[in-house]
Amino acid sequence: MNQKQHIHEVEGLSTKTRMLEIKDLRKSFGNNHVLNGFNLELFEGENLVIMGKSGSGKSVMIKCLVGLMQPDSGSIRVMGKDITKLNRVELDDIRTEIGFLFQGNALYDSMTVRENLEFPLRRHKQKFGDIKDTTPLVTEALESVGLAHTMDLMPSELSGGMQKRIALARALILKPRIILYDEPTSGLDPITSKEIIELMRRVQKQYKTSSLIITHDVDCARVVSERMILLVDGTNYAEGTFAELASSKDEQVKAFFK
Amino acid sequence: MQKTTHLFKSFFIEVGELSYFAGRFFREVFSRPFEFKELLRQCYSVGNRSILLVGVTGFIIGLVLTLQTRPTLEEFGAVSWMPSMVSISIIREIGPVIIALTFAGRIASGIGAELGSMKVTEQIDAMEVSGTNPFKFLVVTRILATTLMLPILVVFGDAIALYGSYIIENLKGDVSFVLYFNKVFNALEFSDIIPATIKTFFFGFAIGLVGCFKGYNCEKGTVGVGLAANSAVVFSSMLLFVLDFIAVFVTDIFFEI
Repeated sequence: MNQKQHIHEVEGLSTKTRMLEIKDLRKSFGNNHVLNGFNLELFEGENLVIMGKSGSGKSVMIKCLVGLMQPDSGSIRVMGKDITKLNRVELDDIRTEIGFLFQGNALYDSMTVRENLEFPLRRHKQKFGDIKDTTPLVTEALESVGLAHTMDLMPSELSGGMQKRIALARALILKPRIILYDEPTSGLDPITSKEIIELMRRVQKQYKTSSLIITHDVDCARVVSERMILLVDGTNYAEGTFAELASSKDEQVKAFFK
Repeated sequence: MQKTTHLFKSFFIEVGELSYFAGRFFREVFSRPFEFKELLRQCYSVGNRSILLVGVTGFIIGLVLTLQTRPTLEEFGAVSWMPSMVSISIIREIGPVIIALTFAGRIASGIGAELGSMKVTEQIDAMEVSGTNPFKFLVVTRILATTLMLPILVVFGDAIALYGSYIIENLKGDVSFVLYFNKVFNALEFSDIIPATIKTFFFGFAIGLVGCFKGYNCEKGTVGVGLAANSAVVFSSMLLFVLDFIAVFVTDIFFEI
């Protein structure tokens, strides 16, 4: 019998629509088994935090979720569609419903802030049509992160916190229903981290998104999460609300909250 | 012995991966959507970044070749053959090879570093998530741009080199512009110009392919970016000489028949 702890669902979630559903996800690199049967459900409007040590498979899992990596086995359903079985066009279509905030922001450094935000708009014509003037949408996304004045600057002219906000604005510009955050506060000072966490909460209310947040920042998890999953050795070790997990007697769980 | 075996093995793996990469290019280049706007942007960027370098290189090739050859031809009383000799050397061999090498130094390293840094900072992943095929957008456009631009740059560089040669002839031998270029065009045949131009398309393709291959498959963080840029130049320069040998060999067989 392993130590797996299943602190079950927060009340009422099971009646909501499932935005993401991962079942028995497995991924290995040679003999390194990164994901060993990971499971996840993200419900509409929910903030779900995944916590795990470095190398526990968090980033691999999130990359499998958007089709950047192919899992070895298991199913990944995004809004009811199994993305492992979609062709490229169908996958691109479903990606318009997912915003992805990369750990290192991944802003295109040869483009201005405006061009960075326009890029997904011009690529996903099926959602917004062939937009002649993108300025209103770009302005709206930049205003939602409080950086409308940076429109014509290059990413290299911005601070780390500002780059993170611009990356969030780019993730929001297609008005996605799901946002994936990969370590949103890593590399930021405590004050900027707080600002980003606050922004994430504000954005969720404004855009009514469901969020999957990968982090090892306990403060971020405490403020943002409605439910948490602890990922250990590529599988779900424990699940519950922040308060439930923080008060756990299990040594491995306690180690996350020290 | 084990080290040599390992070197050979990694060389053949590299060649295999490069061939697979080239195969993917040919699959993607003919499939929709076509990135015309990005292709034009890359053509402008590649051409614009290299034109001054190619011009200066061509001009110096013309000057040096004429200055070095003049004393020998004077000794045999064959200075009047100078335009013919210089033009054939430049058009057939020296122009395409030297200009392609400088182009490789400028462009292959730039592409390797640019794509490498995009890879390590997850910009390529971000592009994929944004509904763009990054291979098509970044790789196909760059390889096409180098393939199309190098022949134009070589023609430009050859013209400047001939002009450089004319300047020396004019200063030392009092030869007029019309006389010099009349002799040049009398000496040149299509069998000099066509194969030399065709091989520059292959040179351009090889430079773009190697630069993109090294950058797109860059690993190991920022150290990898430097390695990608460096090995892109080394590998593409080596490949140029191999291609040049094949081109000369094939041309030779073709014209002997």
